[in-house]
Amino acid sequence: MSPERVVIVGAGQGGLQAAISLRQNGFDGAITLIGAEPGLPYQRPPLSKAYLQDGKAEALVLRPASFFESKQVEYLPGSSVLEIDRAAGEVRLDGAGADRRLGYDHLILATGTRNLRPPIDGLELACDLRTLDDAARLREALAGPRRIAVIGGGFIGLEFAAVARKLGHEVSVIEAAPRLMARAVSPAISRHFEDWHRARGVALHLGRAAIGVDATGVSLDDGARVDADFVLLAAGVRPNTELAEAAGLETGNGISVDAQLQSSDPAISALGDCACFPDPRSGAMVRLESVQAATDHARLIATRIAKGACPDYQALPWFWSDQGDQKLQIAGFAGPGATEEVVSEGLVARFDAAGLAAVETVNNARVHMKARKLLGPGGSADFAALKEAIAA
Amino acid sequence: MIKVTYVAHDGTETVIEAEEGTSVMQAAVSNDVEGIVGECGGSMMCATCHCYVDEAWEAKTGARSDDEDEMLEGAASEVTERSRLSCQIKLDPSLDGLVVHLPEEQL
Ligand SMILES: Cc1cc2nc3c(=O)[nH]c(=O)nc-3n(C[C@H](O)[C@H](O)[C@H](O)COP(=O)(O)OP(=O)(O)OC[C@H]3O[C@@H](n4cnc5c(N)ncnc54)[C@H](O)[C@@H]3O)c2cc1C
Ligand code: FES
Repeated sequence: MSPERVVIVGAGQGGLQAAISLRQNGFDGAITLIGAEPGLPYQRPPLSKAYLQDGKAEALVLRPASFFESKQVEYLPGSSVLEIDRAAGEVRLDGAGADRRLGYDHLILATGTRNLRPPIDGLELACDLRTLDDAARLREALAGPRRIAVIGGGFIGLEFAAVARKLGHEVSVIEAAPRLMARAVSPAISRHFEDWHRARGVALHLGRAAIGVDATGVSLDDGARVDADFVLLAAGVRPNTELAEAAGLETGNGISVDAQLQSSDPAISALGDCACFPDPRSGAMVRLESVQAATDHARLIATRIAKGACPDYQALPWFWSDQGDQKLQIAGFAGPGATEEVVSEGLVARFDAAGLAAVETVNNARVHMKARKLLGPGGSADFAALKEAIAA
Repeated sequence: MIKVTYVAHDGTETVIEAEEGTSVMQAAVSNDVEGIVGECGGSMMCATCHCYVDEAWEAKTGARSDDEDEMLEGAASEVTERSRLSCQIKLDPSLDGLVVHLPEEQL
């Protein structure tokens, strides 16, 4: 029997998708979507891209207010879940002074991540880029000429750097690892973007940790100074697992779930940025920060709840990052220790013990889509077939 | 405001009005038109905003770009000559009254 009351904690990309997919799958019980942020659920990817330039907040909204009425989804914006009471099957909410409790038959945790704040002196002077509020503040900062330092050479820091540079600001990026986006892409792709950003006048400080921030800039661990009157912190995130931990659920690098995306309590599922799940290909526990993972997770959980059963999670990861006119597309997922083969500039295949694991392309939608087919469920994941497709 | 009609796979028509500059995908999503998913928010990454431009409007919406063509390879439903990624069609006054047909599946 399917549960009658589903409560979703977190109204971001994944939480909203779970509500949408529950109704699409014919679930007719009660759905409550609880989100700490104000306003309608919105998408984050444009926050470090188009929104910084066009400021169109309405274009970020994922569903209009009428959706919640017509689909009978109770949406509670600006509300936080403070506690999960598993024994009672209830969550406790903040807001309006009163101690509000809400019963659930199934609970979906979609709490996302928050910015990692490393122990750097003066870091309170640095801005974050995670929410629409953050991005609106950054847009204001970009209105006048600035010397900008970005702490963190990952996707978000680099996307922001590309926009800021294009707008004519002086931009420096400080990255503690020896190369850009080191956790996520191959060394060859790191180099490609290193060259691209340098050629556009972005100063890159690789292998250097920021140790202090003050009103005139950032101090590095080798004694050097990066002059700046504006600092963005984009040094990674940590999953919001506290609620789950306090409730005694298993957690690791995220809320641990199985191939059905169920937590150690069968009445609780977790999805998206906050969830740590078995990679369908390798079985290793992974946590992905992507629209794809959030929405594909949400669809599986919704199907399972509405229909009572569903096949194990097997979706292929895909990801993109737009840095200026360079569109990086990644099909598949390569864990640590993957080897690479550079097929041509901006086209890299990555391998692990089981063979072809991921394909990274720059401005090459054709090969990206071929790779998605080859690597996806039912594909051959054959490198020779990929090379044939590339040559065709 | 620019009028757009979405014809669902089962023939149901939804007529909406959107501002100039909005994409056909964005207009559908913000008016809660089912049948357009738009997972990547218009970044040409997902092909879940696939539509078929009505014959009468083909000349006005123009041809699809190479990248759009490549991404359509991943579309869930049949791709025809009239297939477009609706996030790549921006509404302007010449498209007032536009009719697009929606595929059976987007995922
Ligand atoms: C600037 C930026 C650019 C990005 N670019 C890309 C990109 O190009 N491509 C891509 O694939 N991905 C990108 N991402 C990542 C993508 O946005 C995330 O992976 C996705 O939003 C994850 O969805 P989610 O539902 O897991 O979490 P989120 O969308 O982060 O939603 C979690 C929500 O839960 C709320 N919450 C947390 N705790 C509670 C609580 N106790 N009670 C109530 N609410 C709570 C939070 O306030 C938040 O609103 C980007 C992210 C950012 C920040
Ligand atoms: S919305 Fe993703 S390709 Fe159009």
